[in-house]
Order: sequence, then C-alpha cells, then structure tokens
Amino acid sequence: MSDANLLEIRDLCVEFATERGRLKALRNVDLTIPRGSIVGVVGESGCGKSTMINSIIGLLAPNAVSKSGSIVFEGSDLLQKSERELRDIRGTRISMVFQDPMTALNPVLSIGSQMIDIQYRDPINKAQKKQRSVEMLKRVGIPDPESRLENFPHQFSGGMRQRIAIAMALQAEPALLIADEPTTALDATLEVQIIHRLKDLQQSMGCSILFISHHLGVIAELCDFVVVMYGGEVVERGTVRDVFHRPAHPYTRKLFECDPARIAETRRELPTIPGEVPDLANLPAGCIFAERCDCSIDICRTSVPPDIEIAEGHWARCHLGSEQVSP
Amino acid sequence: MKPLLELSDVRVRFRTRSSFNALLSGIKDPFVDAVNGVSLQIREGETYALVGESGSGKTTLARSIIGLVEPQQGSIRYDGTELVGMSASAMQQFRGKVGAMFQDPVGSLSPRMTIRSLLAEPFKIHGLKNRDLGQEVDRLLEMVGLNRDFANRYPHQLSGGQARRVGVARALALEPRLIIADEPTAGLDVSVQGEILNLLSRLQQELGISILAITHNLNVVRHISDRMGIMYFGRILEQGPTSTMFSQPSHPYTLALLSANPEPDPDAVINRLELRGEIPSLYDRPAGCEFHPRCPFADSRCSTEFPGITELSDEHSYRCHHPRHRLVSGSDSATE
Repeated sequence: MSDANLLEIRDLCVEFATERGRLKALRNVDLTIPRGSIVGVVGESGCGKSTMINSIIGLLAPNAVSKSGSIVFEGSDLLQKSERELRDIRGTRISMVFQDPMTALNPVLSIGSQMIDIQYRDPINKAQKKQRSVEMLKRVGIPDPESRLENFPHQFSGGMRQRIAIAMALQAEPALLIADEPTTALDATLEVQIIHRLKDLQQSMGCSILFISHHLGVIAELCDFVVVMYGGEVVERGTVRDVFHRPAHPYTRKLFECDPARIAETRRELPTIPGEVPDLANLPAGCIFAERCDCSIDICRTSVPPDIEIAEGHWARCHLGSEQVSP
Repeated sequence: MKPLLELSDVRVRFRTRSSFNALLSGIKDPFVDAVNGVSLQIREGETYALVGESGSGKTTLARSIIGLVEPQQGSIRYDGTELVGMSASAMQQFRGKVGAMFQDPVGSLSPRMTIRSLLAEPFKIHGLKNRDLGQEVDRLLEMVGLNRDFANRYPHQLSGGQARRVGVARALALEPRLIIADEPTAGLDVSVQGEILNLLSRLQQELGISILAITHNLNVVRHISDRMGIMYFGRILEQGPTSTMFSQPSHPYTLALLSANPEPDPDAVINRLELRGEIPSLYDRPAGCEFHPRCPFADSRCSTEFPGITELSDEHSYRCHHPRHRLVSGSDSATE
C-alpha cells in the first residue's frame, strides 16, 4: 500500500447468514481514500453503503459469516484486528456521524455531559473539556453554545442535533471521518454552510472524509473522488470530474438522469429507473445491473464484468466499459 | 378558483416556562412563537410547497391544520369550516378529510402491525366498519403500486420506498381532498424519489386532491409544486407561483436559498449570496425583521421596523424593506 493512502479496501466481500440463505452484501469492493481527501459514496438504499462502513469500523452484525479481502488503514489491516484494538481506533482515529440524528444522541443526558463524556481519553480537566465542547459547537453553528450545553437532545431541532453529532465526531480530531448522510436534515443554506465547514475543518485538521449522500449536488461540490455502488458492488469510481462529466457505467448515467436538479425544464413526471434491485441472496449470473440496463448485450447476462480502467484512476465494472465513453 | 384551505394570521405559541418560574426569573413573555402570523391558501387540486430550514415552523404549521397543536390566534378554514376552536370530537371527525404523511416513513408505521391492519386502521378509527376492509386494503395497495402480498408483511420488511408507498396509501384511505406530506422524499434515493413523486402527482390528477408538501429540497419543489412559500422563523417571508419564485425572487432569503442549492456538476461556478451569522434563538427574537441579523442588505430600518406584506401581484407577495427583484432580471448576479 502506498503511503499516500489513508485507507485502502481491496477485494472486500461480506456475506450474511439469513433464513433465505447466504446474502452476498458486498462483492469484490475496491476503494481508496488518499490522505487529506474527501471521497463520496452514492447509491440506492440497500446497495451496501452501510455494510461497507460497518466493515471499516468493525461493527458488522453478528450474522456476517464471511469476510474476505482487506481494509488497510494507516498501514494495518482492520479485518485482522481484535475487538480491543478496534476499540482504540474507533472514536480516536476513525469517528463517525451516523445517518439518524434523532437516535445518535442519548435522550436522557444533556448535550454538555455527552460532549464531556466522550473526551474521557483526554488528560484535561472538566472545565477545559467544557470549553472545548463550547468551541466545537460554535464551529458547527449552534447559537449561544454556553447556555445550550445544559439542553437535552429533544430541545434541539433535527438539523441542530445533526450538527451536534458532527461536532462530537470532530472533537477527537480523527484521521478519518465517516459521514453517513449528515446533511439530509438541513435546508440548502445550512447544507452548504455545513459542507463548507466540513471542508474547512477537514483542511485545517488534515483528515480524510468518507462522505455518503443521496444528494448528487453535495457530492459534486464537496468531494474529490466518488464511488458509485449498486447491489453490493462498486460499479464505478474515479475523480468527481471524471465520473460526473463522463459517467461510464450505465447505472451511473441513469442515476444522474433521475436527479431533478439536472432537469432544466419543469416537469411533473420525473424519470425513474424501471425494474427492481436484484435479490442479493439469489444473484443473477452476469452483471448485477443487466436486468435494468438499456444497453445490455448477451454476455451481460452470463458473466460478471471485470473492472475496466477507462482513464487513469477512472474504473467501471461494465462489459461495455471503454466502448461506452469513446463515441 | 376557491381555496380549499385558508389560513389567516395563524399563530402557534409554546410555553417555555411555567408562570411561576417566569415570575421568578422576571421573564414577561414565557412563550416562543413557533408559527407567527402565517396566511396562505391552498386551492383545489394544486400543490403548495412550504420550504424552510429545520426549526422554521413548517411542521408545526402542518400539525396545526390537523389539530395536533392548537393555534393561539388566527383562523384555519377548510372548505368553509373553521377549525380553530373546534371541539375535540368534531376535530376527530374532521381528520378523516385530511390525509397526513409524516416525516419518517418507517417510524410512522407501528412495527407490530401488518400492512393489512395498518391500512384498515383508518376505517376502524372513523367507524366505517360496514365497508369490506379486505377489499379496501387491496384497492389501496393497488393504487400505490404494491403487490397484494404486501398486506401480510410488517413494516421492517419494507424498503424505504415501499414504506413511503404504504404511507401514501394510509393517507389516501378515507378519500381525503387534502394531503399533508411532511418531507415525502427525505432519505430516498433520486430514482425512488422520482417514483414516489410520480405516484403522488398521478394520484393528484386522478383524484383531484390538493397537496401541502413540506420539504427543503428545492429541486423537488421546482418540479412538483404550483405555488410555494418560504418560511423563516415562523413567518412566510415570500410566497408566490413556483415559476415566478425561481425566476424572480424578491426576498434576500429566497435568493440565498436558491443560490445555495448545490449543482450536480463539480465545475459549476455558483454565484452564491452568502448569509452571515447564525440562526437567532427563538427565545430571543430579533427586533424588526427577523432576518436582518443574517441579511447582507439590512440597514438600520430593518432592525427596528417590522416589514409588512408587499403584494407584487395577486399571487406573489413578500415581507422585506429591500427587495431584490429589480436586480435579478437579466443577470444572475445578486450583489449590487
């Protein structure tokens, strides 16, 4: 692994044991997070984004029966680490902003005590911890933070709760911040403020961010690299420019076409991707997207496509790969 | 066209301290105004979008329409009937006429009930026992494009999009003329979002229902709504036809919202109207125009004098001393 990369996922496969048999949640996933960069992940719900995050932080559900591949973080493989070693990494080197701001915070403790509690590793006194909490809240845009430390989560709006969660995640100054749709609850002006703040904080702290979002506009604005996932596979990855300007995988193109922000004229009937997401317990023989793909050919239904490098650092898992972009 | 729902000067206040506590700490007004003098109309068959950041009072306003919070002031008329001050039993009756879709699609469905019992519940609550419930459930599932087999499932066995469809079916169960959709597509992917919005717009055309959509997704608002209102701090700062609001916004906040919307293009050059400062606290409402501490165009008048409503046309109105509409025509530059 090169030293320029903070995290490298290679050939990661995860299977869950379910009543219906082995559910192949992730298949041959490759992902690289260079130091000091922001990597965005897009894909429909159920495409394996959460499973991938949970594999990184070692919080997979107990029915994850088979894990193969490697997740190399700061030079060592996270999949080989003991529970004890992972504990030391979580919350210090890797921290996380979860999807649901309502349940990320403890409802029966004040914000102040939660923010002070999570600094239990730091050898400073309580007043200093409180001061740091106030500063962090200020940085994420909570008005009059001193007095609000005494408030409980239910006294904040959904958007403010999410900003508190971001403050708590960044307080430990991690090397990697995983943000799972952190701006879903915010309005456009605050969303932009938050992503700009995240970017500023990321640059001043020199950390990397793995940013999961449905919002293609936010990904385009915030991220350096983007990874497109579908049905448990990474179907396309590359720099934000390459993927947004020259999408190579048919799924990526379909996804972009569905984004109402890209449709200039007003219309009531919005485009969708017809068909259903494949059943991961009963996978199709060939390409995972073949059923819903406009340009599928015979080989797509019989063999799984290889990863093809279309341009330097721009990969797509499609049989039509390079032919797609050239015309 | 006559309005189906008419809100005038609606004000919802929440008590923040007990009267004893307020007396002790010398607070004269122990209330916060979550909704402060909102007037709007929703016509038959149209979609009205309410846009604003979290905490701006959108959801409280929606809850006041279905009687889940009681407004302290103002009037809410649905099809000519006054809802403010209605008795609890009359309100209970009335709720059958308005369908509600709540924010969290899975969270708003009871985890212990099957989809069949969830869909039959509205009929039982409203005493419509003489209907064939099995048939009604099948009809509703078909209407929202779900297979009949879904009736036997539990909410945790549904995807986000499917749970949303069940939410739509529940809202439509009693054939309402108005649907209140609170964040109908939050947390959905763009393709599933399109499916749900297409479903709502198809049902709207077929059944002629009106929709009050609460959202902060401006890309969605542009495509689905006929008219829109921008809420900030419990007030509507600007409202008008969606197309006009997007092409000729008047209020600086509208302008800031529209320009903040991230473009799905990494090279997009966005001329943003940056807002300074933070959202003030509801406990400490700014004097004059509530937006002035963040407004780049505010002057001394804004901090003392509360702006009244200016009507640009029958449809389009705003509350601002320094509207920007003259500046946006022709160019997209918002700065002077």
